[in-house]
Amino acid sequence: MTRFVVQRFLSMLLALFFIITITFLLMHAIPGGPFTAEKKLPEAILRNIEARYHLDWPLWKQYGDYMWKLLHWDLGPSFKYESRTVNDIINSGFPISATLGALSVALALALGIPAGIVSALKQNKWQDTVAMFVAIFGVSVPAFILASLLMFVFALKLGWLPAARWGTPQQVIMPVISLSTFSLAFIARLMRSSMLEVIQQDYIRTARAKGLPSLLVIYRHAVKNAIIPVVTYLGPLVAGVFTGSFVIEQIFAIPGLGRHYVTSIYNRDYTVILGVTVFYSILLVSMNFLVDVAYVFLDPRISYLEERE
Amino acid sequence: MDLSSKMFKPLEREIIAAQPIVRPSITYWQDAWRRLKKNRLGMVGLALVILLFAVAIFGPIISPYTYSGQDLKGGNLPPSPGHICGTDLLGRDLLTRIMYGARISLSIGVISSVVNLFIGVVYGGVAGFLGGRVDEFMMRIVDILWGIPLLLIVIMLMVVMRPGLMTIFIAFGFVYWLPMSRIVRGQILSQKEQEYVLAARTLGASKFRILFRHLIPNSMGPIVITLTLQIPQAIFLEAFLSYIGLGVSAPMASWGVLASDGVAAIRSYPWQLFYPALAICLAMLGFNFVGDGLRDALDPRLRR
Repeated sequence: MTRFVVQRFLSMLLALFFIITITFLLMHAIPGGPFTAEKKLPEAILRNIEARYHLDWPLWKQYGDYMWKLLHWDLGPSFKYESRTVNDIINSGFPISATLGALSVALALALGIPAGIVSALKQNKWQDTVAMFVAIFGVSVPAFILASLLMFVFALKLGWLPAARWGTPQQVIMPVISLSTFSLAFIARLMRSSMLEVIQQDYIRTARAKGLPSLLVIYRHAVKNAIIPVVTYLGPLVAGVFTGSFVIEQIFAIPGLGRHYVTSIYNRDYTVILGVTVFYSILLVSMNFLVDVAYVFLDPRISYLEERE
Repeated sequence: MDLSSKMFKPLEREIIAAQPIVRPSITYWQDAWRRLKKNRLGMVGLALVILLFAVAIFGPIISPYTYSGQDLKGGNLPPSPGHICGTDLLGRDLLTRIMYGARISLSIGVISSVVNLFIGVVYGGVAGFLGGRVDEFMMRIVDILWGIPLLLIVIMLMVVMRPGLMTIFIAFGFVYWLPMSRIVRGQILSQKEQEYVLAARTLGASKFRILFRHLIPNSMGPIVITLTLQIPQAIFLEAFLSYIGLGVSAPMASWGVLASDGVAAIRSYPWQLFYPALAICLAMLGFNFVGDGLRDALDPRLRR
């Protein structure tokens, strides 16, 4: 087991190295830059600016410099905002995005899993019909549309909730709902279909035949096995919540990392795009690593080590 | 004891149909179609999807307006018999633009699903089935691609190539098979330890046969669920990109562009958001209903 985890960890580092290198090279391959303005700058000034950001160095030297600084978690300055570094932007934006993301993931799991279990146990009864009807609407209405409609109804027409910005609990409600609805519905559907598969297995019948209380059978035998597809979905879930926040933060004017990222794309602020991409990559790749490890713990049928020997 | 052929005498073969076949045998897909027909929501979804394709193909031809024809005096008109869904800021007929947007969104959905099926399923299936080093290597590639946010790839492609529909297709084709390959791999990993695979192997079935005739068909449930969720997801992703200004550019009208224009006008002209939003939701509902119906029809274990 330890060997598997160590191996996975090393290959995670390798993957990160590739991602960072590719992103770095792509960002430097794009023609034009933050200093290519409508009005041409005088040659001398342009050269001075390039020297200031080491853009006059050969590419390998820039790359080495970037990697060295990255090891010390220094992502460099922003091209667009002189006084801000990429670290500043991540430090100010990420806590907000992380709060928003964590709340959305928590809501999706806390409601999605029970909904899936209940509708599988009550297959084709009214509970199932209602839950799956709601779930199918949940995956059909994009977060983008849901957010605008929520804002229209609850902020503009009824005036119950603030339309934008971030800070008070009331301002958290609409962004979290719009960000988590898709994942919630998706998890409910996933949980239902895998639960339906599991409860038809022989070992469930055995457990029931032994006379175990119904709830214990469901919890100890069925849910633990049925939850595996949901665990696999955790990686994409976190990724989806973070990329979803690009638009949600835009709509609700939340000063999170997603919004800064979109702004940096508009501004062609390469160091910020590069830095934030690297940051998201580290986050998502390590998330996938954790999911892989959890997967082996949860499903003994998957034996990585056996295969290798 | 010696045996000689004289001790045996041939029996007359009695020709009787012990178990006459009453009904013609039907294939797996005929069976699935029969069950799908019984599913009311599934049929509603199918009707919606067919309607959408019909509107996308014929709507813009029938309509008296064009998607880019402006009428500056008739801007921001509310819905009326002349303009069923009203007009936008520049006096363009909203219904025509929505019908035109259906073409863009549906083609993106279809292409992404084809890419999913051909690349994602095979890739994930091979990785999960072969396991070991091959799996390790193939999944590292997926991890690497996965780590780079899709948005960034799209921006790169938009810069390197001409921005527009083709770039979005290529960007989606490049990235969209990833979730499918992971899910198929997960399925195969847990399926291949099951007894029927051992049985097939004992019977001498080749690896190719086990993978494509046993493992992948047995993973069809999750594949169909993922696929049907990804068609609307692709439609949504295009809307998402258009919203932040990286998708289809003006005057072309994708649903994403229309919805983001609608959000901008939400205070004064809410119908400019509602109709595109309705179109997006109906398309997604249609695909989701069909997907659910197909899932119930294809998976014999869920048979009612």
